Amino acid sequence: MSKILVIAEHDGSALNASVAKTVACASSIDGADIDVVVLAANAESIAAEASKLDGVARVLTVERAENAHALAAIYGPQLAMLADGYDYVLGPSTTFGKDLMPHVAALLGVNQISDIMSVDGAHTFKRPVYAGNAVLTVTAPEDQVVVATVRIASYASVGGSNSAAISSAKVSADLPSHTRFVELQSGASDRPDLQTAAKVIAGGRALGSEENFELIYKLADKLGAGVGASRAAVDAGYVSNETQVGQTGKIIAPDLYIAIGISGAIQHITGIKDAGTIVAINKDEEAPIFEVADIGLVADLFKVLPELTEALD
Amino acid sequence: MDKILVGLKRVVDYNVRVRVKNDGSGVETDGVKMSINPFDEIALEEALRMKERGEASEVIVISVGSTDAQQQLRTGLAMGADRAILVEAESAGGSLGVARIFKAIIDRDGIDLVMLGKQAIDDDNSQTGQMLAAIWGRPQATFASKIELDGNVATVTREVDAGLEIVEIDLPAVISVDLRMNEPRYVKLPDIMKAKKKPLEIIALADLGVDPGPEIKEVAFAPPAERERGIMVEDVAALVAALKDKGLA
Repeated sequence: MSKILVIAEHDGSALNASVAKTVACASSIDGADIDVVVLAANAESIAAEASKLDGVARVLTVERAENAHALAAIYGPQLAMLADGYDYVLGPSTTFGKDLMPHVAALLGVNQISDIMSVDGAHTFKRPVYAGNAVLTVTAPEDQVVVATVRIASYASVGGSNSAAISSAKVSADLPSHTRFVELQSGASDRPDLQTAAKVIAGGRALGSEENFELIYKLADKLGAGVGASRAAVDAGYVSNETQVGQTGKIIAPDLYIAIGISGAIQHITGIKDAGTIVAINKDEEAPIFEVADIGLVADLFKVLPELTEALD
Repeated sequence: MDKILVGLKRVVDYNVRVRVKNDGSGVETDGVKMSINPFDEIALEEALRMKERGEASEVIVISVGSTDAQQQLRTGLAMGADRAILVEAESAGGSLGVARIFKAIIDRDGIDLVMLGKQAIDDDNSQTGQMLAAIWGRPQATFASKIELDGNVATVTREVDAGLEIVEIDLPAVISVDLRMNEPRYVKLPDIMKAKKKPLEIIALADLGVDPGPEIKEVAFAPPAERERGIMVEDVAALVAALKDKGLA
């Protein structure tokens, strides 16, 4: 049996979609016996969601006022104590997991594996390196706990027809006061979340302005799609940072990805190459994005975007 | 604040198209341009600006790696760092080893702020800063795009998946930086000449007495699965038809 602890990412009230994908990775480990732990101020609604995930044996909750915000300095020591008796401790490779899991690994005195894309054996994993230009097979020591993040774009969410037992866990970790949450400035919109949306429309520098991004939003709303952007578009201030797709932004795998006015630098491509279908619209027929696109259209985006939005019903 | 320690990793340059060696033992580095990890360069730029504003008195750059990493440390000195430390090691055994080495230097030199990139563009790990904060028992602010210092408190803006998160941390601390923090300066020739006279200390890993910890072994490198080039369409009508064919519109 492989005892696996998955840390639940959440926003204080709802479970993040990354958890169902992390559980999918955990389920691919031989003999998986999976617990999900929810650290929160109020864990009830989050734990209820986690208990529905297929493959989860138990949901543990640790409710403390300090757990209201996911600070590594606060979650780290608790998770390191909770890890006792587990063979694996897994988190998603979102900014939440990337911030927290190395901290936990160091407290446990082990190295951490980032971005697991496949489980090849009990201690053998594949992960992308060099912006996805190479796939590296690694092995972790067999006599130590494996602490890792899971590349969520590599996994499909597990189903939600389970009803795992929920119980509270006690952790007596001393928590520091040297790190304090101030606020979250969220560009939250009603559009689907970029990391889990089935369709994503993304714009690049060629949009030329914040106002012109309206063309992207109109098409996205017509398709019920999430909105993404290239690094260049974010750097130029057309859209906010959480829309950035690529090596240093979000790695996504929607069924449909439409890249508009994005040239397709390797750092961007690495963020989308697991998409089902890639569509590229670009004025420059030499743009590298066309090398990976399933459907390409060489055209002026300002002419074809309104046409496309009109044509799709 | 007195001293800022900035980690500089030597990596294959951002613009190089990386190729996996035929025998799967790694990626081609022969004759390939090597540079400072771009995120680390941004960290150094921010540290230098702090010193120029009078918020710090000394900026120290550190690298862990082969003797060749002296090139990147010299570039850091030319940018304006005061001194450099190379911990010479063929392998530090992973991020935990590097974090423990940084901790040994912190204990020796007394450091108020450690700055480094949020990830290295070779292994794409994003681990060292977080590990250092954990073993040091000090705050970490990762993926930072803005830092405001007020005495011994830093207010840091972090680029997270949900937007921008603001945290307040007490120094000493570790900050890992994201791309949009600043635009690093260009090094001028006179600065390169001056940098040659700045101190660059070389320490053998064995002399630090650091246990690198259990290693994660790199078994084999392989090229990624390639996507095939698809079809080109002439106009919007053909695009919509192709999407409908795939059941996507």
